[in-house]
Amino acid sequence: MSGMWRVADVVGVHEETTTARTIRLRLPEPVRFLAGQHVDVRLTAPDGYQAVRSYSVAGATPPDSLEITVDELPDGEVSPYLVRDLAVGDQLEVRGPVGGWFVWRPEETSPVQLVGGGSGVVPLMAMVRAHAMAGHPAPFRLLYSVRAPESVFFRSELETLARDDTFDVTYVYTRRAPDGEPVGRLDAATLAANVLNSGSDPAVYVCGATGFVEAVSGWLVELGHSPDRIKTERYGGVGGAS
Amino acid sequence: MSDYLDGNALAGPLSEVFSIDITAALGKCGGCGAVRALAQAHLYVDAPAKILRCPSCGGVLLRLDERGGRLILDLSGFAHLTIQVG
Repeated sequence: MSGMWRVADVVGVHEETTTARTIRLRLPEPVRFLAGQHVDVRLTAPDGYQAVRSYSVAGATPPDSLEITVDELPDGEVSPYLVRDLAVGDQLEVRGPVGGWFVWRPEETSPVQLVGGGSGVVPLMAMVRAHAMAGHPAPFRLLYSVRAPESVFFRSELETLARDDTFDVTYVYTRRAPDGEPVGRLDAATLAANVLNSGSDPAVYVCGATGFVEAVSGWLVELGHSPDRIKTERYGGVGGAS
Repeated sequence: MSDYLDGNALAGPLSEVFSIDITAALGKCGGCGAVRALAQAHLYVDAPAKILRCPSCGGVLLRLDERGGRLILDLSGFAHLTIQVG
């Protein structure tokens, strides 16, 4: 769970996009994981310099494996290494999974609306997977704001999961869209047209960059969603968002 | 003021000291009385110590200073914390 650094083995890597990659880690002992949690990753340079960053967990496979999906920040201190250089057989120091706030638990029964911007979709994907894994009856909706079609993480799995009656995904393309689909930043009207109505009192999870999270939460409140039902997470980690 | 993170990002460092997750606890600001989960407060990591500020009044809620194998945790900005147990 928590409390100390452990050495995890990198057992798989998968390119999500040209700048993002999913890394499968195996920990030395069983992992307790709640969908939405993150891990801290610590890198140590030969001279002893250490850098710590937080990454959302995209999913876990009991008993001891979990996946993080990392988007490369060009000026980053840690993410370029994780996306470009890390290989199967390498090891990483990991603390967690941790966090008890931005989490979805299968014992919750209310409908769930997820709103993700860019790589903010990662912890939401963990919730979508946990919902599917549990065969959970509550309606789940994901509104996914993304730059372009080739920037979408987890696309084929999302399409497969959306065949289930309880889950649906809507994409908002901000820079370039597939033929025939609109392009433009998420705005209040698009949000209103694509999220669960506040009348069904859904639990809402919003994750993305600070500006995205603040705009979306403001619009949700204007749509009648109670601030108490909206949980937000901005990306970034201890030590800077890289 | 510089860009900030969510208090959520303190979950790892605080897991070094607490056996349960403290970021989900509700903290009452000693300055303005606003009540919010620690995970939703604003975390500044540019300073030598990590500083958690109240989103309502900007007052310092928590200061976490880690150096030389010692950790100094200053919670004096809170009036109190409400922690869900079990």
